[in-house]
Amino acid sequence: MNYWIMLLGMALVTYIPRAIPLTFLEGKELPPVISGVLKNIPYAVLGALIFPAILFIKEGDILFGIIGAIAAFALAFAGANVILVVMGSIAILAVVSYI
Amino acid sequence: MTFTSGVKAGTSIAIGYFPIAITFGLLAKTTGLSMIEATAMSLLVFAGAAQYISLSLLAKSVDPTLIILNTFIVNIRHFLMTASLNEKMEPAARWKKGLYAFGVTDETFSVLATRKESKLPTAFAAGVILISYSSWVVFTAVGHVIGDILPAFLQAAMGIALYAMFIGLLVPSMKENRKVIWLAFTGAVIHMFLYFTGLLSTGWSILVATLLSAIIVEIWYINLAKKEATNG
Repeated sequence: MNYWIMLLGMALVTYIPRAIPLTFLEGKELPPVISGVLKNIPYAVLGALIFPAILFIKEGDILFGIIGAIAAFALAFAGANVILVVMGSIAILAVVSYI
Repeated sequence: MTFTSGVKAGTSIAIGYFPIAITFGLLAKTTGLSMIEATAMSLLVFAGAAQYISLSLLAKSVDPTLIILNTFIVNIRHFLMTASLNEKMEPAARWKKGLYAFGVTDETFSVLATRKESKLPTAFAAGVILISYSSWVVFTAVGHVIGDILPAFLQAAMGIALYAMFIGLLVPSMKENRKVIWLAFTGAVIHMFLYFTGLLSTGWSILVATLLSAIIVEIWYINLAKKEATNG
């Protein structure tokens, strides 16, 4: 198969699951339980996206990931905004991997 | 809540995409893709994990039909996210929603869905998505051209960027609402279980962990409310 045909196939199967709920649920009133579950999704997915992947940001060095996780949580709990959490965690890990 | 404030809110994603897109461009080059082919993938697909996996499959000369199928399986979780996002977005013409639906990734979804406002304007979503998408596409091309110029210690440190962003989005809501803590905790525990037992592939395990956590915690809270109603 030609690379470009494969690419269009990949684009299509990625776009469809993104587009269907947004274009077809518009104006539909969902039952409260379903609506409640959908409102929970952002926080549930953040937990699943962060763990365990954050522990493996450096291959074969789980401690590096743990330090990064602690740094990010500490900055966020201290009340830093998202960009500061991102930049601060990078800075802390840059220092850790430089020394 | 304008386009400009959306661009500002999306800046952390643009920073987080930088090292991942650079690395993607570099890996695509070593896999044998041209700069045009690599950039076109970022331009048309816009899905980090699926793109990375497709590179490793291309390197193994896997049947392109299987690569497409794999892309679908890895990205099916976005169905859940856009269904959730639909509750959060202000009503808009179908073509507009169809347009920004293209830009819903784990990261843009997280930034949009954790906003405190109850209804988000389309222009705000457009701002978040446009800055993120630009970063992804531009740095894919840059990565292909300049490759490995970032010092190794900085590359390693930048691996934290997207996860730090997820944490930065999660923690303020955690402080305000105990339910958020349970949702994230349950999602994390189920995903870790699925990951370490190897029961499901990555795309499916995120989907299942998210859905189970959202359902379990919802039922638990409904029961709590019922108990309080009968006791009070």
